[in-house]
Amino acid sequence: MKKTKQLFASLVLMALGLGTAQAEYTLNLMRGVTKVSNDIYDLHMLILWICIFIGIGVFGTMFYSIYHHRKSRGHKAEQFHENTAVEIVWTIIPTLILIGMAIPATKAMIELDDVQESEMSIKVTGHQWKWEYEYLDNGIHFFSSLDEGSNKVRQVGSGLDPRSVPNYLLNVDKPLVIPTKKKIRFVFTSADVIHSWWVPDLGWKKDTNPGFINESWTSVDEPGTYRGQCTELCGKDHAFMPIVVIAMNEPEYNAWVEQQKAAAAAEAGSASKEWTKEDLVAKGKSVYETSCASCHMPDGAGLPGTFPALTASPVVTGDINAQVKLVSEGKGMMPAFGKVLSAVDFAAVVTYTRNGLGNSVGDSIQPSAIQALQSGTPVADKNE
Amino acid sequence: MSAVVAEHDDHHDHGPAKGLLRWVITTNHKDIGTLYLLFALAMFFVGGAMAMVIRAELFEPGMQFVNPQFFNSMTTMHALVMVFGAVMPAFVGLANWMIPMMIGAPDMALPRMNNMSFWMLVAGVLLLASTLFMEGGAPASGWTLYPPLVLQTGKALPFAIFSVHLLGISSIMGAINIIATIFNMRAPGMTLMKMPMFVWTWLITAFLLIAIMPVFAGAVTMLLTDRFFDTSFFDAAGGGDPVLYQHIFWFFGHPEVYVMILPTFGVASTIIPVFARKPLFGYSSMVYATSAIAFLSFIVWAHHMFTVGMPIAGELYFMYATMLIAIPTGVKVFNWTATMWKGSMTFETPMLFSIAFVVLFTMGGFTGLMMSVAPVDFQYHDTYFIVAHFHYTLVPASVFILMAAGYFWLPKWTGHMYDERIGRLHFWLSVISVNVLFFPQHFLGLAGMPRRIPDYAVQFADWNMISSIGGFIFGASQLLFLYIVIHTIKGGTGEKVTGEVWEDAAKHSLEWTLPSPPPYHSFTTPPTVIPTEHI
Repeated sequence: MKKTKQLFASLVLMALGLGTAQAEYTLNLMRGVTKVSNDIYDLHMLILWICIFIGIGVFGTMFYSIYHHRKSRGHKAEQFHENTAVEIVWTIIPTLILIGMAIPATKAMIELDDVQESEMSIKVTGHQWKWEYEYLDNGIHFFSSLDEGSNKVRQVGSGLDPRSVPNYLLNVDKPLVIPTKKKIRFVFTSADVIHSWWVPDLGWKKDTNPGFINESWTSVDEPGTYRGQCTELCGKDHAFMPIVVIAMNEPEYNAWVEQQKAAAAAEAGSASKEWTKEDLVAKGKSVYETSCASCHMPDGAGLPGTFPALTASPVVTGDINAQVKLVSEGKGMMPAFGKVLSAVDFAAVVTYTRNGLGNSVGDSIQPSAIQALQSGTPVADKNE
Repeated sequence: MSAVVAEHDDHHDHGPAKGLLRWVITTNHKDIGTLYLLFALAMFFVGGAMAMVIRAELFEPGMQFVNPQFFNSMTTMHALVMVFGAVMPAFVGLANWMIPMMIGAPDMALPRMNNMSFWMLVAGVLLLASTLFMEGGAPASGWTLYPPLVLQTGKALPFAIFSVHLLGISSIMGAINIIATIFNMRAPGMTLMKMPMFVWTWLITAFLLIAIMPVFAGAVTMLLTDRFFDTSFFDAAGGGDPVLYQHIFWFFGHPEVYVMILPTFGVASTIIPVFARKPLFGYSSMVYATSAIAFLSFIVWAHHMFTVGMPIAGELYFMYATMLIAIPTGVKVFNWTATMWKGSMTFETPMLFSIAFVVLFTMGGFTGLMMSVAPVDFQYHDTYFIVAHFHYTLVPASVFILMAAGYFWLPKWTGHMYDERIGRLHFWLSVISVNVLFFPQHFLGLAGMPRRIPDYAVQFADWNMISSIGGFIFGASQLLFLYIVIHTIKGGTGEKVTGEVWEDAAKHSLEWTLPSPPPYHSFTTPPTVIPTEHI
């Protein structure tokens, strides 16, 4: 009948579309850029073809029967039932097919499980709602959040067109950069709830569990930019914490490492200098938009009952040290930003909330004061 | 017990209480079955409305209608309402209506507990629904309620947990009732291997429920104490582990999905033989296959957790065990096909829905087989590929079979015939739109779209729009079913309905030997049992 034909057609189209759909990123799993991702793709295709084959057999039989064995064509019902031999055959054959699938599957699992002999390690920490990356071998450390363009457009009722943003919801402010053709070990954890780190081109995902460490590895064959997303529901902005991995050939990677180290040194320097209130407010506005606006809203109005308004808030317009303490330590659903923001960003965003968003308290706080506070925080606090 | 039966025979049939009170205090299995079925139908529309909110927001990229927190509440509540408020109660409703008649009994074993089971269900669902109006909103952690995220729920958390307790108690009491009824009240001569398949599948399902509902209750109670009483079952800082919750939840959760599908299998095994005018092909095979599926369902739970970081031995074991489930499931599909083969089929609405079930459930089974292969599941897990899989095994499977059961048994329940033309229209609209709704979701998952997201990257836009259109048409089409139910209760087409309703149905099962509608106490004297080879 029509519905079986329709299903056939979809399956066949999928089968035909497979080749062309690759680059199009719309119909089938991607091959990816690692040996593991290719092995997984091949396993996926093997099982898909087996299922299609069995489906054609079963649905074909049913379709034939529906057409021929119907009362309106005058077919009389035979009354046979039970046949032990047939039951045994259609139990044994599927079992053999499953064994045939299990062998390559086991091989792929064992391959992916072997984290040994990796050449570098990167620690990935999931936060609500951004990723934190730390290169354990050279100390480079940064947060990676949804890019500003996407963040503006995705606000409810923004009326802005997602198609106007390149790589909408798949772009970040600071991507993870890795060298090609090196076995890279990842260690995963979380600072709050369970997240999951997934880059389809690498072929796998791994949950990040708070208080625990997971491991995985990759070795990327081709340079390029690979995008992924958080894949474990982690709260309101689960859809808005993407991953971007840029794989570079070794010379370019080394140059990037040097550049990052230099920038980190400059940042440390800028924390100790004296900042004007205007400069703090200007910087604080962009920090607010990335780190605070998703809950407290771009205009500081918050979400009544869930996220307090900052405009005319007693905390924001009250004692500055009390506000710094709250922002640093977090409260309820609000994360502990003392561990997340740099001294400059922290001082800037506190100053901004007090002098923008409809508030005009007039005071400010220096990054150096925040730095003094942050270095007093015991390292043992971190989740490891 | 025989003394009670003798007394009943002496009176004239006293019938039900009058008015609205009848429905509150009834202990009659048909009345309670009706209550469950109508409640489930209402919840189907409530859960469906939530799905419409979801598909409306996902119609285009960008955030047009709801904020992300509310969207997460919608996905959470949609699942909880559909699973605990619609599908499970509907099957309990069918069990209540049909089991006593199919085994030749006057009623269920424990009629007053039966009544309490129903009203506890209503209390539980109302309590759950009330969380939508509490400060902080309804739970937004997904129906799986994983910590630590679920512990960020606002004031609603203890109420959601308490509603789970109420729903669990309702299910457990219902299950006890079903087992007691089936074990003790079969007509003389009806051995276990002469029971209709629907009764078998419910017997097995009832044992599953008793085994798993307390586990779910335990899991959510640990959430409660972690939040309010300083325990740290799921908190590493206190020596616990969030993954522990997942193990406990899925130990409940996996058999739970079989709770929803086994009665589905039972109904399909009931309807197809009637419309093929042939017995079920392999009765004992089907019993063994159902038992195998039920047993296996307890030892595969961690296939929902392939990416949490289990040791490889665990991952391999759960992969192999999960793959095994394909074997008995395949046996069932082959048996239904063999039942149709060389029959003399007609395609009234119940048969249309049942055939669609076999085809579309098999497709859901294929994706399940793909997902059981752990290394490939690393790419499928938590994406729309999974969403497509479980919707195929729930909507064109369980929901379609519930519709099939409705069409099949409404004439028996009401004594009126439903309008076959509208039934067919409902079927065709549903089967086409359900595929438009869910098939593209396979592509979305493979292409990289995660689940539980209110907004997505632009390359996912086309399939999402198509899926949403399918969703809107599917949702609207269900109003036809609502019309059919109301119209049929009120008199239907006016066509005279016999006890047998469907040609030769009485050869297959005992309910067709009773008048339509059946008398208040169904069988007051035990009937002659049907031989297995006719089932």
